[in-house]
Amino acid sequence: MALIRDLIVQFFEMSLVLVLAPGLVGLVRKAKARLTRRRGASLLQPYRDLLRLLRKEVVLAENASWLFRVAPYLIFATTWVAAALVPTFATGLLFSWSADLIAVIALLASARFFLALAGMDVGTSFGGIGSSREVMIASLAEPAMLTTVFTLALVAGSTQLSTIVAFMNSPAVGLSVSLGLALFALIIVAIAENARIPVDNPATHLELTMVHEAMVLEYSGRHLALIELASALKLLLYVSLIACIFAPWGLAGAQADAIALLIGAGAYVGKLAVGGVLLAVFETAIAKMRVFRVPQFIGVALMLGLLGTLLRFVSRSF
Amino acid sequence: MAVLSEALAKAQPCPAHYPVPRAVVGAEAWKQAAQGFAEGRMTLLGLWGERDAAHMAVRDTEEGSIAVLSLLCPNGRFPSVGAVHPPAVRLERTMRDLYGLIADGAKDTRPWLDHGKWPHSRAEARAPYDFLPAEGENLHHIVVGPVHAGIIEPGNFRFTAGGETIVRLEERLGYVHKGIEGLMAGADLKRGAQLAGRTSGDSTVAYAFAFARAAEAALGCEVPPRAVWLRALMAELERLANHFGDIGAICNDAAFALMHAHTGVLRELVLRTCDAAFGHRLMRDSIVPGGVAHDLDDRGVAAIRALLAEARRRFPPLVKLYDDTASLQDRTVGTGRLSLELAQQYGAGGFVGRASGRNFDARRDLVYAPYDQLHFTVPIRNDGDVNARVWIRIHEVEQSLGLIEQILDRLPAGPITVPLPIGSDACEGLALVEGFRGDVLVWLHLNREGTIARCHLRDPSWFQWPLLEAAIEGNIVADFPLCNKSFNCSYSGHDL
Repeated sequence: MALIRDLIVQFFEMSLVLVLAPGLVGLVRKAKARLTRRRGASLLQPYRDLLRLLRKEVVLAENASWLFRVAPYLIFATTWVAAALVPTFATGLLFSWSADLIAVIALLASARFFLALAGMDVGTSFGGIGSSREVMIASLAEPAMLTTVFTLALVAGSTQLSTIVAFMNSPAVGLSVSLGLALFALIIVAIAENARIPVDNPATHLELTMVHEAMVLEYSGRHLALIELASALKLLLYVSLIACIFAPWGLAGAQADAIALLIGAGAYVGKLAVGGVLLAVFETAIAKMRVFRVPQFIGVALMLGLLGTLLRFVSRSF
Repeated sequence: MAVLSEALAKAQPCPAHYPVPRAVVGAEAWKQAAQGFAEGRMTLLGLWGERDAAHMAVRDTEEGSIAVLSLLCPNGRFPSVGAVHPPAVRLERTMRDLYGLIADGAKDTRPWLDHGKWPHSRAEARAPYDFLPAEGENLHHIVVGPVHAGIIEPGNFRFTAGGETIVRLEERLGYVHKGIEGLMAGADLKRGAQLAGRTSGDSTVAYAFAFARAAEAALGCEVPPRAVWLRALMAELERLANHFGDIGAICNDAAFALMHAHTGVLRELVLRTCDAAFGHRLMRDSIVPGGVAHDLDDRGVAAIRALLAEARRRFPPLVKLYDDTASLQDRTVGTGRLSLELAQQYGAGGFVGRASGRNFDARRDLVYAPYDQLHFTVPIRNDGDVNARVWIRIHEVEQSLGLIEQILDRLPAGPITVPLPIGSDACEGLALVEGFRGDVLVWLHLNREGTIARCHLRDPSWFQWPLLEAAIEGNIVADFPLCNKSFNCSYSGHDL
């Protein structure tokens, strides 16, 4: 009986992230539009876009290989599984015991691997540029993410997200320099990984400056819909990750009843909204970086993560 | 004695060419003039052809005087200017495409505007275009356009890059060739003015202004003072709208949408004011030979004064925002540097030249009414990067606001048009007007009955597009949109 209940909760979580992800993208776009004195498209627009893309036929390049066709499904699947592992509104979800934070990073890394391959598959110059830039960014963002995870693991004593979150929610956590450094590092990585300003511009039409968009230029129809949904999921995942670690309030416990779960879900939606608006404000206030500045930017995250880990070794009180 | 006066003294002057002299020169003098460009003693303002003659508009760098030199070429050939002076290369290729004149000694004989799609296209133009080679290890091509992801004009850009660094950029233009010069032949002045105003939509006032001045110079017609002042008012409003748009668009290409949003509001305010004052947002067809088509009433004056107050209130905080945003400065400072030597060699007008230290403004240096009675300064910077081009625009906005105020304060009363004295003799006129991009040149040859025999319109972009190729070298691929937008050359005006 407990297993069935856990399965239902997990299933609810996976559906919830899928349903909320385009909404978060819509919210960020709406907030950015309002900040630049435009009315902006409806919050529902990303859902409509996805439906429209799903209905459209797929136009494939003549020289596209099987990889190009398979990649969107792999990218979507890995990202969705990764999102299922994050305690969005409740800790101790069924799947969360099967993999830890490092597995989440690995899942996202494999999604990126397929996306970069797919970008180069058709052989257009933009796809190649996008893939090369993406991999350059990833080669720095992934170590930065890992060092951040190590900091958290050292503080909480586990790489298991549910355990980390439970620890962060307990009075034992206190104020810690390492955690502050980890938060900044995680935010920088999240911005870089999700192709947001100042690393990439998700709204650009300039082919030469694109990173993420350049890789998916050749995609259309349901393939594009899956990739768009996967990138929306990824954004949601990172916001959820930051929220559950650094703002774990309202999260339902492992064996919570329906009311606690509902409260958790409500708090989660609220946190997403706050995160989305903050992202929009940040993106509006800053210009995009020169491509070769990005390594320095992410390098900061790497250094913060390392520093956090090292400080933890120096003294438990940091 | 300056080169130009020397050349003119030896040449055979042509009657009925106003307001500057035109002279028919021999092949030797033509070559000497080309040498004069190469040595930097003269600036090439324009080079164009007719069925059996080639013309060049020349400015003496020392004296500042202007003249048109013509070479009769009954066999359809003339000595190449481009062989010694690169800015003439594309102009010569165009002369070949449009009028079949062959430049002897030219190194680059590829077609330019002719893409092999016209009924009378040359055989060479129908063959695949021969892009310049770039050789080296690890170099790759990136081809952008002619159809772009955004809604912009078509142009083909071929980058050769080593990793992210651009080794060579080659442009290919001509996709929006409309045949304006061909349509001009045989048209009357009214239609001619309309065609001129449609050469480049964002500079419609500048083109119509230049065309009207060329026609009036040819016919010896004096325009009423009120019309002259209203023309300058429109020209400054156009400059204002375009500069506002450009400043925001440059920032937007660095993904700083905030600036774009605010300058977009300002640009829209200018356009609405123009609509209220002159009945058209872009003031198309508002300037006609002989005067202006719309008078400015009290409501229009009030609208423009309100615009001035609003722009003066809103613009300074935006300038501060631009200056204070470190992430934006990081993108614009040092990007796409253009040297003074190149700017001078090409005679680059507008913000492109002035940001690189070329101290030239047609309103001041080739002064025309009413700018001889107005006070303004021409901003100059020497750094030549994207940031400098933004700042030149910012200062020009400030100058334009001052000019508009002066014009409104001193706007004379009276009629706004005079009838044109058509039907005398065949005559020719030349005019240069400072558009927002730089000096627009119009050369007009009128038949006896007042129809157009030949009209040549030279956009400032002719001498700016090639400089973009030079400025981008050594920059990274991702910075091209920023550089391109800071140049903001016209496709339509260039392709004619």
